[in-house]
Amino acid sequence: MAAELHVELVAADRQVWSGEATLVVARTTSGDIGVMPGHQPLLGVLESGPVTIRTTSEEIGTIVAAVHGGFISFADNKLSLLAEIVEMADEIDVQRAERALERAKSEADAAAERRADVRLRAVAAR
Amino acid sequence: MGAQLRVYKRRIRSVTATKKITKAMEMIAASRVVKAQRKVAASTPYATELTRAVTAVSTGANDKHPLTTEVENPTRAAVLLLTSDRGLAGAFNSNAIKSAEQLTEKLQAEGKQVDSYIVGRRGIAHYNFRERKIAGEWTGFTDEPSYADAKAVAGPLIEAIEKETAEGGVDELHIVYTEFVSMMTQNAVEARLLPLSLEEVAEEAGTKDEIRPLYDFEPSGQDVLDALLPRYVESRIYNALLQSAASKHAATRRAMKSATDNAGELINNLSRLANAARQAEITQEISEIVGGASALADATAGSDK
Repeated sequence: MAAELHVELVAADRQVWSGEATLVVARTTSGDIGVMPGHQPLLGVLESGPVTIRTTSEEIGTIVAAVHGGFISFADNKLSLLAEIVEMADEIDVQRAERALERAKSEADAAAERRADVRLRAVAAR
Repeated sequence: MGAQLRVYKRRIRSVTATKKITKAMEMIAASRVVKAQRKVAASTPYATELTRAVTAVSTGANDKHPLTTEVENPTRAAVLLLTSDRGLAGAFNSNAIKSAEQLTEKLQAEGKQVDSYIVGRRGIAHYNFRERKIAGEWTGFTDEPSYADAKAVAGPLIEAIEKETAEGGVDELHIVYTEFVSMMTQNAVEARLLPLSLEEVAEEAGTKDEIRPLYDFEPSGQDVLDALLPRYVESRIYNALLQSAASKHAATRRAMKSATDNAGELINNLSRLANAARQAEITQEISEIVGGASALADATAGSDK
């Protein structure tokens, strides 16, 4: 059994990342789930939250992305992460996210607050 | 300068100005087609993965869902028509509208009541002018639709299909949009989006005869299906919006190209006429001078004697 799995991280309007990984951790509606090579076929609904991908490449190391809603599906050693919005942790502007969080809190916009919170958590997990 | 010549010169100037405008519009549309095509390509991975996931659930879980169940006696259907906000695109909008009208007639002949949902100012104007009822309308994003726009369109439609027919819900959802085949060819097509035929989805994914793995569903098959199907519908609508945008730009490009060509031809013809008018004027002046000189010569010859 190969000790790696192929990952496709796809947003609605673009392909965000694709490559080989040894471990992927994502948050489903029933809790965090870790997928390693050879996992049983799986199809789950994702919560908004950070997704951690431990890649096989030395240079890239571990990737963290903020995912807002979506799905995880794994079969034949291929893992697809689908989401409407995907943001890589290094693409996230921390100050902007913090400002967005404060604004969302003051306006009591629960959805925006959660989005900003997920972004910050993704950056923190990097 | 003669009056005739002045009129021709003025018309040439005005046509030249128009030609410049249409030429610019042609080039803008050409660059937008490329951009729109790129967007269609960029959205393909998501659509493919989503289709695969839907097939996976449909085989793994035999659950009933309002989005996949055929109603025995469908009495109300929704037709979503995608047009553009702006015209100057040849027959683009009228083709889409015509196709939607044919579909509406067909559905009405089958005894179904039809709710029209329209994207784009052109389609809305067409329906308003004829005082037809519009169930839902969206404008402002047809040139460059984003996924959020597709979500905004899909939301009320999914809601309508999940509602009971007696309470104003619909049983079927049809979509009419313009498919982008190539720069030269765009076709108005109609497709039934809902209820979703899972077999068709499988065929589309190219996995009809494949043996699919037995999936583990997280949290459950029903929940996954509940979350997955609306996303699938959104993604189909998003794809249709993108194709419609690409088609619109291609149609604009073609319309503007023929406008530019026509303007060029018009300028050619007008300059020929202007040249002829100028020549006629010169000829007339020469004959006047010659005539005048000979009259003068005759007069002096007469007085000498």
